[in-house]
Amino acid sequence: MRSGNESRSSFDGLRTNGAVEEAQLGERQPAALVLEDGSVFRGHRIGHFGDAWGEVVFNTSMTGYQEMLTDPSYAGQMLVLTYPLIGNYGLDPPVDESAQIQVRALIVRSDCDRPSHPLGGITLHEYLLAGAVPGLAGVDTRAVTRRIRSRGVMQGLIVSEEEVERAQARLADLPSYESQDFVAEVGTPAPYEWEDAAVAQGSTEGAHHIVVLDEGLKYNILRHLRRRDCRVTCLPPQTTAEEVLALAPDGVLLSPGPGDPALREVQVKGVERLLGRVPLMGICLGHQVIGRALGAGTFKLKFGHRGGNHPVRELASGRVYITAQNHGYAVDPEGLRGGAEVSHVNLHDGTVEGLTHRDYPLVSIQYHSEAAPGPLDNGYLFDRFLELVRGAKGG
Amino acid sequence: MPKPEKVLIIGSGPIVIGQAAEFDYAGTQACKAMREEGVTSVLVNSNPATIMTDEGVADVVYIEPLTLDVISRIIERERPDGLLATLGGQVGLNLAVELHDAGVLDRFGVRLLGTPLEAIRKAEDRELFRTTMQEIDEPIPPSRTVASLDEAWTALEEVGLPVVIRPAYTLGGTGGGFAHTREEFERIVRGGLAASPAQQVLVEQSLLGWKEVEYEVMRDGADTCITVCNMENVDAMGIHTGDSIVVAPSQTLSDRDYQRLRQASLKIIRALGIEGGCNVQLALAPRPDVLDWRAAGETRGDERDLPYYVIEVNPRVSRSSALASKATGYPIARVAAKIAAGKRLDEIQNQVTGKTTAAFEPALDYVVVKVPRWPFDKFGAGDRTLGTQMKATGEVMAIDRTFEAALQKAVRSMEVEGSSLLWEEREEADPLAAGATDNRIWHLMAALRRDPDTLSLARRTAVDPWFLERLLTLVRMETRLLSERLSPGLLRESKRLGFSDEQIANLAGSVTEKVRQQRLSWGIRPVYKMVDTCAAEFDAVTPYFYSTYEEENEALPEATSRALVIGSGPIRIGQGIEFDYASVKAAQALQAAGYAAIMANSNPETVSTDFDTSDRLYFEPLDEEAARDILDNERPAPNGGPEGMERVPTILQFGGQTAINLAGPLTLAAQPIMGSSAEVIDLAEDRERFERFLTELGIPQPPGAAVGNVEDAIQVAETVGYPVLVRPSYVLGGRAMEIAQGPGELARYASIALEAAPDKPLLIDKYLAGLEIEVDAICDGERVLIPGIMEHIERAGVHSGDSMAVYPAPSLTPAEIETVIDSARQIGLGLQIRGLMNIQYVVMREAGESSLFVLEVNPRASRTVPFLSKVTTVPMVQVAVNVMLGRSIAAQGYPDGLWPARDLVAIKAPVFSMAKLVGVDTYLGPEMKSTGEVMGIDRTFDSALTKALLASELALSAHGTALLSIADQDKADAIPMIRNLSAAGYTIYATEGTAELMRGLGLEAIVVPKRLSAGHPNVVDVIEDGTVDFVVNTPEGGRSTLRDGFHIRRAASEHRTPCFTSIDTALHAVGAMVSGNDRYSVLPLSEYTRRVAPVGDAAEARS
Ligand SMILES: Nc1ncnc2c1ncn2[C@@H]1O[C@H](COP(=O)(O)OP(=O)(O)O)[C@@H](O)[C@H]1O
Ligand SMILES: Nc1ncnc2c1ncn2[C@@H]1O[C@H](COP(=O)(O)OP(=O)(O)O)[C@@H](O)[C@H]1O
Ligand SMILES: [Mg+2]
Ligand SMILES: [Mg+2]
Repeated sequence: MRSGNESRSSFDGLRTNGAVEEAQLGERQPAALVLEDGSVFRGHRIGHFGDAWGEVVFNTSMTGYQEMLTDPSYAGQMLVLTYPLIGNYGLDPPVDESAQIQVRALIVRSDCDRPSHPLGGITLHEYLLAGAVPGLAGVDTRAVTRRIRSRGVMQGLIVSEEEVERAQARLADLPSYESQDFVAEVGTPAPYEWEDAAVAQGSTEGAHHIVVLDEGLKYNILRHLRRRDCRVTCLPPQTTAEEVLALAPDGVLLSPGPGDPALREVQVKGVERLLGRVPLMGICLGHQVIGRALGAGTFKLKFGHRGGNHPVRELASGRVYITAQNHGYAVDPEGLRGGAEVSHVNLHDGTVEGLTHRDYPLVSIQYHSEAAPGPLDNGYLFDRFLELVRGAKGG
Repeated sequence: MPKPEKVLIIGSGPIVIGQAAEFDYAGTQACKAMREEGVTSVLVNSNPATIMTDEGVADVVYIEPLTLDVISRIIERERPDGLLATLGGQVGLNLAVELHDAGVLDRFGVRLLGTPLEAIRKAEDRELFRTTMQEIDEPIPPSRTVASLDEAWTALEEVGLPVVIRPAYTLGGTGGGFAHTREEFERIVRGGLAASPAQQVLVEQSLLGWKEVEYEVMRDGADTCITVCNMENVDAMGIHTGDSIVVAPSQTLSDRDYQRLRQASLKIIRALGIEGGCNVQLALAPRPDVLDWRAAGETRGDERDLPYYVIEVNPRVSRSSALASKATGYPIARVAAKIAAGKRLDEIQNQVTGKTTAAFEPALDYVVVKVPRWPFDKFGAGDRTLGTQMKATGEVMAIDRTFEAALQKAVRSMEVEGSSLLWEEREEADPLAAGATDNRIWHLMAALRRDPDTLSLARRTAVDPWFLERLLTLVRMETRLLSERLSPGLLRESKRLGFSDEQIANLAGSVTEKVRQQRLSWGIRPVYKMVDTCAAEFDAVTPYFYSTYEEENEALPEATSRALVIGSGPIRIGQGIEFDYASVKAAQALQAAGYAAIMANSNPETVSTDFDTSDRLYFEPLDEEAARDILDNERPAPNGGPEGMERVPTILQFGGQTAINLAGPLTLAAQPIMGSSAEVIDLAEDRERFERFLTELGIPQPPGAAVGNVEDAIQVAETVGYPVLVRPSYVLGGRAMEIAQGPGELARYASIALEAAPDKPLLIDKYLAGLEIEVDAICDGERVLIPGIMEHIERAGVHSGDSMAVYPAPSLTPAEIETVIDSARQIGLGLQIRGLMNIQYVVMREAGESSLFVLEVNPRASRTVPFLSKVTTVPMVQVAVNVMLGRSIAAQGYPDGLWPARDLVAIKAPVFSMAKLVGVDTYLGPEMKSTGEVMGIDRTFDSALTKALLASELALSAHGTALLSIADQDKADAIPMIRNLSAAGYTIYATEGTAELMRGLGLEAIVVPKRLSAGHPNVVDVIEDGTVDFVVNTPEGGRSTLRDGFHIRRAASEHRTPCFTSIDTALHAVGAMVSGNDRYSVLPLSEYTRRVAPVGDAAEARS
């Protein structure tokens, strides 16, 4: 069993013994981010001392760095934060959205060495160090962002200054992002029941039983469910529809997660069997899987949607909601079949942000209704899912 | 909601503390938005110095007093079907309520657009607001709304000291404050009840020291809500947001804090039913190790949810929303106006990206710091402590990628003495002990230089340690610059923290120019990044830039003909919105002539910093370093060498003294200047050179001389005869300028003035108490076009900015007019002015002889340019810019000499913010004190005067009670006024001397003692208890008599009782009252200006 209030022991040590103060001393170590197109962005190292590689993506949220760092959807990626001052209010274990830092590396303009917040917290450097994740600070992150925006996402390397010249050759040898199955790395290896200290100490009881397919979820999804009086069982990504149904759930939620949805054939198959038999909710990768199960395709966006300010129109009401997003792929509605409909679209580029179904109980959204980080506008979608759950139980 | 066809937009009136240029920006955007929507706009504002009242912004413009009667008449005449009141500040909002309550809106079928009346009430009425918050379960601090002192005592029992008192329906915290004792409580409650139009105040638990956070929220008719941005006050609760250093976005809020407060703000705008924009102010629990709040605030639910309280909602566009617009690139006023016209957020295009819509939330990838600009450089005697009443007249904003750099740039932009954080006050006592003042940021720096313990400093000041740590970073860098050799690495790092070349030179023991050259030779130069609303996620098209020391430059030079316009920086006394008007017009004129206009300014409230005013906007300090960096950046040859494109010329004439002061430095740096050269400017501003120049032309000046010490000053005074006028050269707004009656006073004033500007000579002039007149003129080297002559109602000695100015000059004889024209022509041509100049004269009429003396020549656009442009219909700035571009006055179709007067009388009247400035003496003198202006325009002098008085809230009612205390030198002049008042049935209270004068006239007066210790009721009592309706108190020269009248004048300010300190103003105000206040017309501006006055009519208009 895993639970949200289980914190990594390393932090407790860091908080008390002042070891970090030591680690911070010493000269700044210059290092650079090298992108596939040959561009080089210089800065200095923070956090773990070491090279890193991965797909380089940017997120435009102005707060929520710790939630982003621990979001499993960032597996395989190096994250550029466009907001220049990171770590201002510190980092604190209860804010983690998963069991560990998930990004391969963090790239910032400036990291705060003296955070300040009523609830306390350690520095970004300390946090990365404890998680053994490298960081690069002092970077013209706006220049990096503009590069990615115009060229599309690329892979990149963080290396020491002397290594910059060789970096190009190394980049060519790296496996492509698309080819890697990150869900296998971040999805839960074993089933667990979720308990949430903030909701009810030690309790896993609830009026509704929701099964969550954990392909790399954020804790806050589970917290939302618990707060709505749900018992929550999380299952590994490879779990089959039969195994799910054997638990007689009142609803099934497909979680977000990293990587190309085209690699998720097992889950797509599963959803095909579950559709119509139990109320379904899909978030982000879960939504893409549902889309594929409904006949749609998926495709990679030029540089993805990552931020806390993306407007989404709910087609039924015409109302626009501000959403938190973190995805590199989107559903192509072409091919949607048999009663499946687009329910939400992105106001910026018109891409599909939600699906619904005329006959089946379904809530499927590309963005993060659980927030953490991001606006709290979209919690209503969990309510809607639970209405479907209650409806299915009643009928 | 259906789209309206014709909308009346109410402006905010004169600039006062708490209501500055931001509403010109808002109103201008609203008018443009209406035009885009195909809606006819009718605009009314009493402030002529605004862009919104300019030709071509609104469809119909009224420059009329903002009173119920006037607006009702406009509505009756224009028959609009919609009223947009949320863009005119508190003035607009309160008028909307009045119009509704008077039944005017119903009678003429006018719909209140955007925010419904119900929402205004719920937000503004402290009690309704409380209940609304309780209904939606949003926390508010324990409080009671009271309408009397008795009720207040009961409330105090419940809430307990300390409390804060907050009046309803006011702005800028007028009349509020903290009470720690029962005495304070009684005093503030009384003041607050008087200040509130609804006679209602809130007695509320003190949240002193909590974080103060604001959200700017938008909502449309389809209930889509977004927040534009949030802002965190560096100065915690207890210091008005308008007086706080503010940072956007918030820095010390976690995502959870941020989103919870955001959610609360959205909930509130929905509950109030606002359609448009609003501002929500919240208090959030600070660090418990800084301030133990656990007694004051309970955590609700999850312990990770910090307690917060909703403090207030402004259901309208505000100062904060102007700041938020400039901080994010999201045009709140424009969007609010479009929502009012029936559009949904997702139907309004985001003009910055051209792709996205207004239904999104800006993402910032930089830090914005706003610093208020206070008037205490002029009001040294004022109470400088900051509290819940706002005192700042304006503000500056700076953008960078770190807080440190943004703050330092903002401080540079303030244009105050010292101009960097390095400056320390010579003070032994701990300056922080007495509470926050306008100098707090310097005090914090000084404290950290002595003791780096940020936590203990935080405990004393309630400034979050995060901000203090940032200041400590600056202190550490100071130390390094002091001790280490300047290396490329160190220099670059200090530039990244916002240190100016000058600061670095000071610390590193070098000179500024050497640091600059060293820096450039090391290749350390700023790059310019774009404010794009989206943190680079989308390509943006509006070229709005800020400097930073990083890698990529986004402001690449363009190969077009272009010129840089230097704006005027923060609104302060002496340099107000008039100069922003001129800057905006200059940019427009450049564009009309086929040039690209580049604008530089640091003031977020302005139209000049609107994204569509110029072709490129640099949001930067207006100092030499920033200007030269911009000019270097605008020139493609990156090393500033001779190759490549021409250097970009700079226009310095329109940004007040701020801009003109750059003439010398830019010329030295070989940067071309458009218009009058640095040489010309120096000739006009250097007292000795200018004197020689005038002597050669044979034009008289008041006799006097420039001196460097007190002895010489007395010597000169003896020669020319007392009284004399003392002032430093090279300052604006008559700073440190006084009239001295004898050698004792002169010595005292002279030493103060020499201290204010140590290395500048001091000017001693004979004081000529004649008629003051003023002209603005445009010269091209051949012709001198004088659009109009203005005559002041107050005699010379009252600063021109504080005088009522009448156009056309009513009392000048044709011969005098000829002399003025001649003199202005000679000066303009002799000085070789290219563009605008302003001349102030005194006319001395003695024994049938009239002579004209030049007081000063300003080789630039003056404060009166907008006023004159509007009433004469000469587009003065445009003509001047064209002259600079090489088009002669003749080629533009304008004559040489005086432009024919229009068939109208226009009076510009000053407006003061004295109620807010405790401890400041309000008497009018040669040092400027007003913050804004209004205009009264009509066909006759009396009607124009009546309107000017109405608009400046000095109009007197036909019956009532007056308090007179008149200086000896004014007594003879006062007699007709006293007779008038008596004849009108006024009850008159008078001090001893004045009462005696009245007895001599056979008139009755109730004598009140002037000395406060000489029994009751005294002069102050009759003001404070509301017995008198207005006061005439003209000061005699001399310090002690000034002190006597001080209490009278302060009491009048605080009680908002009109108080005349110049006998000339008083005579006219009483004259207007006698002539009948209600006889004036209400017409669009163009109706008044349509006709040229029949010759000889100007002088008759007065009768
Ligand atoms: N309960 C309180 N405790 C401490 N300070 C307060 C309290 N309420 C208001 N203030 C302070 O007073 C200032 C002015 O109050 P506010 O009601 O916002 O006036 P205004 O209408 O002029 O904006 C606020 O900015 C805040 O700093
Ligand atoms: N010699 C003088 N005699 C009488 N009044 C004067 C004299 N010099 C200046 N003043 C008064 O002082 C005011 C301010 O002086 P001015 O030189 O215009 O200063 P500023 O540069 O601040 O505009 C003038 O408007 C005028 O009323
Ligand atoms: Mg306020
Ligand atoms: Mg003057």
